[in-house]
Amino acid sequence: MNTVQSNSSAPSKLSPKEDRAPAAVLKGSVFTLPILKISRCELQEIEFDLTQSLAAALDFFNNAPLVIDLALTRDLEEQLDFPALKTLLAKHNLVPVGVQNGSAAQTAAARMAGFAVLTGQTIDKIIENSAHKSHVKETTPAASRQESSSVSAPPATVESTTQVIHQPIRSGQRVYARGGDLILLAAVNAGAEVIADGNIHIYAPLRGRALAGVTGDTEARIFCHCMDAELVAIAGSYRFFDNIPEEIRQKSVQIYLTGEQLNIKPLD
Amino acid sequence: MAKVIVVTSGKGGVGKTTTSASVATGLAKRGYKTVVIDFDVGLRNLDLVMGCERRVVYDFVNVIHGEASLKQALIRDKRLANLDILPASQTRDKEALVKEGVERVLNELRKTHDYIVCDSPAGIETGAVMALYFADEAIVVTNPEVSSVRDSDRILGILSAKSKRALDGDEPIKEHLLITRYDPNRVSAGEMLSIDDIIELLGIPLAGVIPESTSVLQASNSGVPIIHDENSISGLAYQDLVERLLGEEIPIRFITPVKKGLFKRLFGT
Repeated sequence: MNTVQSNSSAPSKLSPKEDRAPAAVLKGSVFTLPILKISRCELQEIEFDLTQSLAAALDFFNNAPLVIDLALTRDLEEQLDFPALKTLLAKHNLVPVGVQNGSAAQTAAARMAGFAVLTGQTIDKIIENSAHKSHVKETTPAASRQESSSVSAPPATVESTTQVIHQPIRSGQRVYARGGDLILLAAVNAGAEVIADGNIHIYAPLRGRALAGVTGDTEARIFCHCMDAELVAIAGSYRFFDNIPEEIRQKSVQIYLTGEQLNIKPLD
Repeated sequence: MAKVIVVTSGKGGVGKTTTSASVATGLAKRGYKTVVIDFDVGLRNLDLVMGCERRVVYDFVNVIHGEASLKQALIRDKRLANLDILPASQTRDKEALVKEGVERVLNELRKTHDYIVCDSPAGIETGAVMALYFADEAIVVTNPEVSSVRDSDRILGILSAKSKRALDGDEPIKEHLLITRYDPNRVSAGEMLSIDDIIELLGIPLAGVIPESTSVLQASNSGVPIIHDENSISGLAYQDLVERLLGEEIPIRFITPVKKGLFKRLFGT
């Protein structure tokens, strides 16, 4: 009943024509990774600012693979200590995978420290901030609706994008529009999370959590058609709802920040 | 073209196995060659509900691991000649469900059967994901209460993110909502979520409502799928569900409250 096939021939004799599933296949794929822009070489300063950005992003970058952009440090006199930088990032649960835009000396030092060297975007594109939000990208459900631990983001080569999502975001799902706005045309259900660096528009009930401006944009707003949220946040200022006040419950509202104050106002 | 239907819910105890047994029986009664597979490895139940627990020799895990042929493991239903049961293993755990093995078994069954009904275990781990991974259609079983609806929402998210169809970018899995243990009297008293509430929260088409009935438990205990019981409203509601799965449009029955007379109020149903 139990048939065990033993193959006496050595592995080196296996030819591709033989009827066996390959144990290893090389394939090309495109990944989008967050970029850490470094403008100075003092590790203490880097750590201080990094801690602040990470706090604003909640736990979103936990174990995120990361590319270090060296464009702003390539002409500096001092040199970055790459092994120490690697340790520092690891301490904050970040996984640096490579560097880009470094000088020849930096690139060599990074290679020595075990970083991959990526050919990245041009310098002015990096310096430009995300003020221009013209490019709209339609995302397919499979690409944008990932399970909780994963992140969906637009390709690094596009300056900023808006994600439009047509399917409901269900309990346990999380959608993140990196570097842009998020527009949802179906419900965000209880236990789901929608997150954007920019604004969030929801033309359906919001029953889960919505976090806008997670990288610190205090001008970001949340607009929703039917307010039934568990939690809303803008640039780290949040409010959760045990009971939603009658005047905004299931109403069209906009949510914005004035100073530290989170305002939730009916739209009509 | 054979169809793989997964019966799933996230939450346990909502009626997945009862539904799997009745849907498979109903499809077989309509003349389709059907097989029902128990994916609940380690907590084998389907064989009890189907009344074939004493005839289990080989199981699904044996077939996956090549220790038995499919022919050896399939159990012919004692009432319907075109219905087969593939029981789960009671002595293994869910890790025994290897994706390649499950796929091989399903592909083999696709050649011989019209419908393959997969009875999913509760939860969102390996067993549940394996049960839904290869599905063409899904019956999402929900009770009229918030925690069940929340878990169904979660499983719908997994259907649209982790199934083979989603990962391959094929046409998405066809989703059917089935509300079980529905008690119209308790809904009208505001103790249970209404059908409209559930549809609004989950946003998928309703395929059936199975009213709460004591006959369901009796049927499970005696190993006769409730759909065989022509005198039970739950059995009739399962017949309606099967018709709708096959594309018929028929109205939902047994969802209006029944006023109890004085005698019944005093002495119960």
